[in-house]
Amino acid sequence: MKKLLLAAAFSAAAMTAGLANAADYQVDVKGAHASVNFKIQHLGYSWLTGRFNQFDGQFQWDANKPEAAAIEVTIDTASIDSNHAERDKHLRGGDFLDVKKYPTATFKSTSYKPTGKTEGVLTGDLTLHGVTKRISFPVTKLGEGKDPWGGYRAGFAGSTKLKLSDYGIDYNLGPASTHVEMELHIEGIRQ
Amino acid sequence: MIRNTASGYGVVAIALHWLMALAIFGMFGLGLYMVELTYYDSWYRGSLELHKSAGVILAFVWMFRLVWRQINTVPTGLSQKPIENLAAHLAHLAIYALLAALFVSGYLISTADGRSIDVFGLFELGATLTGDNQEDVAGDIHEILAWLLMGLIGVHMLAALKHHFVEKDRTLSRMIKPE
Repeated sequence: MKKLLLAAAFSAAAMTAGLANAADYQVDVKGAHASVNFKIQHLGYSWLTGRFNQFDGQFQWDANKPEAAAIEVTIDTASIDSNHAERDKHLRGGDFLDVKKYPTATFKSTSYKPTGKTEGVLTGDLTLHGVTKRISFPVTKLGEGKDPWGGYRAGFAGSTKLKLSDYGIDYNLGPASTHVEMELHIEGIRQ
Repeated sequence: MIRNTASGYGVVAIALHWLMALAIFGMFGLGLYMVELTYYDSWYRGSLELHKSAGVILAFVWMFRLVWRQINTVPTGLSQKPIENLAAHLAHLAIYALLAALFVSGYLISTADGRSIDVFGLFELGATLTGDNQEDVAGDIHEILAWLLMGLIGVHMLAALKHHFVEKDRTLSRMIKPE
């Protein structure tokens, strides 16, 4: 009986290992080597930029098996910061993110298609303001390797343009401000 | 005439009362209205600037009124029941306290990120406390307090009307005609 359990445990471990054949990385939010930024046109005359201060994420990456790459990011929507308290209050309210009802936004990748050694197209489900949509956007790997403190890191950048009304955010900011550009910069520490 | 007596209000107290009543209703209406305005309304920014500036001025008037109240006699209540006079007195104090809390909470919304409040371009009121999500917490409190104040003012008005039409005493008329 003991042997049987042991065998079951081993085979289960082997199966999990088989699934997670790329290395696991934890996004370095503690050291703040990652950011979720956005920019949106103001009246069509300039860019308004801001970011989300609180988020977390994990990804799987193996340079030899780039197609196995996967990522999951969870963003605390209330942490929006456009460097103006009155505006942030408005952005958190019912006109925009409605953070009391939708406290998190998530992105879960479903596939990654490498298009070059350091480039690829990431596809996944973005849930924002209670609406889930499948999006694809280009991603670039900036680099990977040992860090000076005994760890191993890999970093990526990606950006995409979201139509606000696709996610049920239809407050009129003017014809030049219907879309927001999202930028994701992440550095992960291999676990 | 200028100052209060034991039986009635002076012209300063009466003017302060009605001026502030007007301003408080105006601020409440403006507050409800301005948060519904959309980005392309021409008064989207102006309404908020006015609310903030007028709020600061109202706070100064409130301070002056409190000082004036301190250096004057407060006329005695006209109800036959001491408990009613006490209730009226407590309600008046609560209105003063709610106003103070509204001034502070409003100030804390607009100064949450260290920005100061520009008062009609005359002077700037600097920030003091700043913190995470301060604008949200202060905003929720500001809104709740505003409704509480309106509720209390409603009671205050009904009580004044009751005195005038039911008890037929001078409670309301002495707030109109100076002693």
